[in-house]
Amino acid sequence: MFDRRLFTNFDWTLLGVVLLITAFGVINIYSASSSYRDVGTPYYLKQLYWIVAGLGLCLTVCSLDYHMLEDFAYWLYGGVLVLLVLVLVAGKTSMGATRWINLGFFNMQPSEPMKIVIIMTFARFFSRYPVFKGLTLKELFQPLLLLGIPAVLIMKQPDLGTAILVSLIAGTMLLFVGVRWSALATIFAAAVPTVVIAWQFLLHDYQKKRIYNFLNPDLDPLGSGYHIIQSKIAVGSGATFGKGFMQGTQSQLRFLPEQHTDFAFSVFAEEWGFLGCLLMLTLYLFLILWGLGIAKRCNDRFGSLLAVGVTAMLFWHIAINMGMVIGLMPVVGVPLPFFSYGGTSMVTSMVGVGILLNISMRRFMF
Amino acid sequence: MKTLNNILPDDDGGGRRIIGLSLGACAMFFLLLARLWYLQVISAEDLIDQSENNRLRFVPVAAPRGAILDRNGKVLVSNTPSFSVAVIPQDVKNKDQLIDNLAHYLNLDRKEIETKWNKGQGRAKYYPLVVASGITRDQMEFLEENRLALSGVNIEMKPIRAYANGSLASHLLGYLGEVSEDELNSERYRDYNAGDYIGKSGIERSWESYLHGTDGGRQIEVDARGRFLRTVAETGSSVGNTVMLTIDLEMQKAAEQALGDQAGAAVAMDVNTGEILAFVSSPDFDPALFTGRMPPDVWKKYLDDERHPLENKALKGMYPPGSTFKIVTAIAGLEEGLIDEHTTVQCSGSYKFGNSTFRCWEHKGHGTVDLKRSLRESCDVYYYKLAERLGVDRIAKYAKLLGLGAPLGIGLESEKAGVIPTQEWKLKRFGKKWYSGETLPVGIGQGYVLTTPVQLASMIATVANEGIIYRPHLVKRVVDADGKVLQDFAPQILSRPGLKPATYRLVKEGLLAVVNEPHGTGGSARLWEVKVAGKTGSSQVVKLRDSKGGVPYRFRDHALFVSFAPFEKPEIGVAVIVEHGEHGGSAAAPVAGKILRSYFEGKGVIKKPVPKAVPKEEEGGLGVAEPDDPGQATTKPAPAAGNAAGTDKRGRDVR
Repeated sequence: MFDRRLFTNFDWTLLGVVLLITAFGVINIYSASSSYRDVGTPYYLKQLYWIVAGLGLCLTVCSLDYHMLEDFAYWLYGGVLVLLVLVLVAGKTSMGATRWINLGFFNMQPSEPMKIVIIMTFARFFSRYPVFKGLTLKELFQPLLLLGIPAVLIMKQPDLGTAILVSLIAGTMLLFVGVRWSALATIFAAAVPTVVIAWQFLLHDYQKKRIYNFLNPDLDPLGSGYHIIQSKIAVGSGATFGKGFMQGTQSQLRFLPEQHTDFAFSVFAEEWGFLGCLLMLTLYLFLILWGLGIAKRCNDRFGSLLAVGVTAMLFWHIAINMGMVIGLMPVVGVPLPFFSYGGTSMVTSMVGVGILLNISMRRFMF
Repeated sequence: MKTLNNILPDDDGGGRRIIGLSLGACAMFFLLLARLWYLQVISAEDLIDQSENNRLRFVPVAAPRGAILDRNGKVLVSNTPSFSVAVIPQDVKNKDQLIDNLAHYLNLDRKEIETKWNKGQGRAKYYPLVVASGITRDQMEFLEENRLALSGVNIEMKPIRAYANGSLASHLLGYLGEVSEDELNSERYRDYNAGDYIGKSGIERSWESYLHGTDGGRQIEVDARGRFLRTVAETGSSVGNTVMLTIDLEMQKAAEQALGDQAGAAVAMDVNTGEILAFVSSPDFDPALFTGRMPPDVWKKYLDDERHPLENKALKGMYPPGSTFKIVTAIAGLEEGLIDEHTTVQCSGSYKFGNSTFRCWEHKGHGTVDLKRSLRESCDVYYYKLAERLGVDRIAKYAKLLGLGAPLGIGLESEKAGVIPTQEWKLKRFGKKWYSGETLPVGIGQGYVLTTPVQLASMIATVANEGIIYRPHLVKRVVDADGKVLQDFAPQILSRPGLKPATYRLVKEGLLAVVNEPHGTGGSARLWEVKVAGKTGSSQVVKLRDSKGGVPYRFRDHALFVSFAPFEKPEIGVAVIVEHGEHGGSAAAPVAGKILRSYFEGKGVIKKPVPKAVPKEEEGGLGVAEPDDPGQATTKPAPAAGNAAGTDKRGRDVR
């Protein structure tokens, strides 16, 4: 099964870009967490462990032919759905939200794998679904149901960030499959009352507050608006060349919230300036375009749907996190892939890259 | 699948859409880049300024908690300003000297300040670190005057609890403390932050959400060295709601004085509404000590005291009701038609059942005993025989009808259910079947039976009002800062036992005889102005056969008394338990009598005695009010407090 062609076709460029970003990430976490009190293993070391673990998982994923995923997609979907229901029924509460369940041997957060699983599910669904001139409204019903059930379950936890991400990933795949203009127009027309209803009944007060504060951070400079203001100050004061490694006052003096996780890029921007940010943006854009290129070059529909989905997942994480850090988007807890500290995000992103590598190196086999 | 791929028309479309998605991604990245350009190049100067010269800090401002009042609006708990000393370590030039100075001015131990200082090491720079709280006004003024010599020192003011009557009703009111790590992780305290003060027990805990108020905060600007420049924005805190209790301050005082130094509990209740008028657990503690710095020796004293001052005995103490339970057994017998007022039993001082002999407390025997006499003189044999005929399940049925064996929902957390045993209960609890010999002690409130003081008060209230169980409650209403009534707690009927009127009448006549007739065991609760009815009880803690006089404190029997008054038209019910008080008639009944007296004095039915010329002398005499109660100044360590949650006061070896 392991063909020599696979090795020669291995996508070293993709892996290289990813490793470059993780390296910057580790360096940045070192600086961001240097003002923390020493308790146990330092964060940058733990991040290295996660990178190694993630790479292992990544290579495992790409060593198995991705066409197998087509057979498993619905089973995985059903399984994760069951876990999501379990979380609501018997989950562990931390910081006001119930996202974890105890599987006996370890705790897991099933909303995270849903990001990958929804990609497989949609890829599987549309790979055998003939589409002529785009999806009509009627044809959209089934996929939207597939998306809606997990999205609502995740929102109920409540984890607005993941719910939005899952929806955006699925939405991007729908756009790739093609949606008729008439259907799009109808959806937008229906979206307005839906948003109003969601605002009234589904969103929690703290989520509403975050959106208010995003729209006008000065409204609540004491609460969550504080984070946006401090982050903007950090990014802006980095100026063109940055304050230098370990020299960011905003981060070293701890004005930034969660500065090794969600606001890691803010620390980077302060210390490396506009030029550093330009480099990071270029790397990320390259990653996205490369992923889309894999989708284009892939010869089978399942594979290219999968590649589009994974790329969309990375793209939306990047866009939302950076947008948040520089005050373009509200504060939702979305990490920057390969860059923010955190095992969960690292594992998901690495599995995604594994899928991309998998598709990329098997493109000549059909 | 491959075939499907071939017939799909959108092979080209797919490629076109990839280009579309790529353009979309480029656009988004361009937007991000543009924004970064705007922040880092165009606005850079301004933002560098903000980051270097000026800094924004967030200072939380705790809301003052709502007050707790008695039923007449008298203040039980309010707030008072407290001053604490905070240090910004980065602003301190000479740490050792400063610590020396502070220790000297504040009369504190150097080490204590240093420990707090070191604890704060991992925190953000320029954050004030509280090194001493609860300093006096004099100390505060002194520090203010010497400010120049104390750079880096700030004095902070925050409201703390003021207890208008010291340790009065301390178990009921509860104390405050810093929210713990576990609490912060729970759903209940989700909106709280580390360092917040919350109610840890009593009303303060159970009514936290009403009392807490909304915290505010200030956004302040400080200079590069962290010194305060100006307040940028401020959100005001809003004071918590006022909780008005059903407690009557004067009665509470009287009840606490009546119990005095003895360990125990007393609950007084309006029998026609369920409002609790007095709620005492003795001995008490000083709730103010929990807010500030608890002196370690006081803490140790509380923990070592064998009378357990920190435990809320009225709520969580579970005691065998002893002979007060005979009321229940009598009701069961009357309702089941096994006895009437003429039924008599011969009491020879003991009753042989199977291989064992069950003794009456009156070893000489009572002779011929009818229902009234059985209550009046508390004949055990009468109830052994009645219990034997009833069986445990029928006794349990009436106990439960009268509200025993289940929490009543009085408005405080961790209310205990007590135990009313049945055959099924024993099988479930111990996996063993019920022996009929175990039924006999149940008839006199021993064996497995456990009740809380609140349950006993509710039970006697139901007998008094002849058939309504009102929910006993402690909170009358909640009022917001503007005086608007948010919640008003009207009397709530929990259930009606549905017994025959004659049953109540016969039992109540017996209870009247207990207090008012010769040979009655409860004579010391008698009031001349008002007819009092009641029932004494003493419950065995440990079976001790031969010890006369020299029984150690913790092995002595508990003394109980339940009562109501006036007999003709009952208004108030009282339950009293004196731990290890030995005899209900001599230890508990006088306490109940004093509580009843204060109630009728408050109503003007009984004239208050003119205060004697020597004031402040009364306190000394309280602890030795009863002849049975020699000064209990024993300092033996308490037996290991095994179950902290609820306390089982049951004797292990009861006949």
